[in-house]
Amino acid sequence: MDISNYLYLSIILFTIGAVGVVIRRNAIVVFMCVELMLNAANLAFVTFSRINGNLDGQVASFFTMVVAACAVGVCLAIIVTIYRSRRSASVDDASLLKR
Amino acid sequence: MTTSTHLVYLIALPLFSAALLLVLGRLADKWGHLLATVVSASTFVIGVTEFFAMHSRSGAARATTQKLFDWISVGTFKVDAALLLDQLSICFVLLITGVGTLIHIYSIAYMSHDRDRRRFFAYLNLFIAAMLLLVLGNSYLNLYVGWEGVGLASYLLIGFWNQKPAYATAAKKAFVANRVGDVGLSLAIMIAFAQFGTVSFAGVAAGAPHASSAALAAIGAMLLLAAAGKSAQFPLQSWLGDAMAGPTPVSALIHAATMVTAGVYLITRSNFIFDASSTARLFVVIVGAVTLLFGAIIGTAKDDIKKALAASTMSQIGYMILATGLGPVGYAFAIMHLLTHGFFKAGMFLGAGSVMHGMNDEVNMRRFGGLNRFLPITAITFGFGYLAIIGVPPFAGFYSKDKIIETAFNAGGAKGYILGICALLGAGLTAFYMTRLIVMTFWGSPRWSRDEQHPHESPALMWVPMAILAVGSVASGFLFSFGGSMVHWLAPVVNPTNAEGGAELMKPIVVSLLALAVVGVGIAYALVKYRTVPVEAPEKVSVFTRIARRDLMQDAFNEAVLMRPGQKLTAGLVWADYSFVDGLVRAVGFTLGATSQGVRKIQNGYARTYALVMLVGVLALVATIWMVTL
Repeated sequence: MDISNYLYLSIILFTIGAVGVVIRRNAIVVFMCVELMLNAANLAFVTFSRINGNLDGQVASFFTMVVAACAVGVCLAIIVTIYRSRRSASVDDASLLKR
Repeated sequence: MTTSTHLVYLIALPLFSAALLLVLGRLADKWGHLLATVVSASTFVIGVTEFFAMHSRSGAARATTQKLFDWISVGTFKVDAALLLDQLSICFVLLITGVGTLIHIYSIAYMSHDRDRRRFFAYLNLFIAAMLLLVLGNSYLNLYVGWEGVGLASYLLIGFWNQKPAYATAAKKAFVANRVGDVGLSLAIMIAFAQFGTVSFAGVAAGAPHASSAALAAIGAMLLLAAAGKSAQFPLQSWLGDAMAGPTPVSALIHAATMVTAGVYLITRSNFIFDASSTARLFVVIVGAVTLLFGAIIGTAKDDIKKALAASTMSQIGYMILATGLGPVGYAFAIMHLLTHGFFKAGMFLGAGSVMHGMNDEVNMRRFGGLNRFLPITAITFGFGYLAIIGVPPFAGFYSKDKIIETAFNAGGAKGYILGICALLGAGLTAFYMTRLIVMTFWGSPRWSRDEQHPHESPALMWVPMAILAVGSVASGFLFSFGGSMVHWLAPVVNPTNAEGGAELMKPIVVSLLALAVVGVGIAYALVKYRTVPVEAPEKVSVFTRIARRDLMQDAFNEAVLMRPGQKLTAGLVWADYSFVDGLVRAVGFTLGATSQGVRKIQNGYARTYALVMLVGVLALVATIWMVTL
């Protein structure tokens, strides 16, 4: 199997994630799409690591995983708090930033 | 050159006292006037001690210096804050502190009903300090500090009753006219520095003979402008009449005896400039001759006793300026007239104050008359001043003014005749307006209301200073001219030996007799004309009288030629500033604001929009990098 197929998969996953972030309103789904983009990037890192024959890419992907794990903790907490105060998890309802 | 360590107290004591009285405020109300008077008297004692110490030394050792500190030290340009007490300065120190102390004493009584008496005395001490700094500075820059200081004190004291808008305006007018003169002084200092690289009197004196005649004439003209501003000389004289808004002791001290003579001091001190430049001397004699007639003519038409005396001051200082312009021989006579004038004019102003004190502050001489029966001491002391100013021998003015007229005639040629005749004419006019003043005030029948005014003699605190000044008016002229004492005393400073020998046009005795004849005509005419005085000023008078009443149209001239165009210029500049400079600034602001209004629509608060913008941005970045590297 051609190794570049992994890169095509990574591109497809990243695109799905990016489109999801832009068009979906539910904060949970938006967040899941962000995670999808992170993992698409991880896949690309690992693939490049394989292509180049060294471990640099795999090390980078570990860092990404750590960041993603932290993001899960913080973001879910924020989403739950917003839901509790507004009875809604729609990102469009939380548009106070323009004021 | 002797060095001294206690010259500084002459300035420090009154300055400290002024600061103390101003800082303590109402706490010092009870004793402020006493402190100020004691301080002023102690400066006089220092001055007298210094005088006798100086008199006991001889030759070059007479001049005393004291270096206070390094004031400015930039590269090769060094100015010390240093004091110089020489034969010229000591004359002024004695005049300022002596007359100043008498006027402090007089003011204790004169200002006793004023709730701000302490502030008045603080300003008087400030004036004494500034004036002493002016005459003691050893360089033009030190002099300049004192010069500005007396201007400030004069402004504060003219506007002392600034609750009256007219008085506050008079103070402002004096300040502005003085500023014009100050510009002249600062320009003179700058030219002197550019020419000689130093601003000390000694340095400039050493360099003056080698400087170009254009530079010397420029410095001389600028110094003359400064003198004209401070000494109320043509064309900057218009402030002096209005300066009479200040309390009368101020008029006596600042606007008659001391500050207004600072211009004469400046020119005498700068004798090395004027000796080296005949052009500058010509300017000086023209200004002096014009002013002495100008002031005398105004004096003949004024009904306000203080304004008549102010016009007379202007005229007498015109004599002094004329004398300083006559070359090395004139300086000593200018200073002599300055000192005798300090006595008799201060005495007459104090007399006018005493009359006002007894007459409910009335100043219109048409509402006086017959006051010699009610204020005998004032009338006698005033009479001595009167005899002195019109130049009746053996009173003080005879010796000093006669010498000036004589020197003017001796200037030689047509110049000598013109100046001499101007000076003679001035003497006749002086006799006329002073006789008019004394007749309207002290003689004739009373023209005041016996119900409202109760003229009475002033207390001893007021008449004793007047009496002392009257003694000075009698004796000083003889003392100064006895055996040429004043000329010899000042000789080391003004170098009369450099005198260009002018042809003697007339024998001194002829000049004296001529002057006396002119004075006699002036007196006789005034006596005939003012046998009866109408209470209201007559309306049907010649056009000359009307012009003279309006200060020879100087105010109208200033307003039409300087003030109105100045206002127009200012209005034009304000308009240009508003429409062009401000317009540009406002255009920049408006453009930025309008652009922001458009751009801020992107900031709609939706996280998804921001994400999209980010995405597009990243894509654009990647595309750019890709295309560049391709």
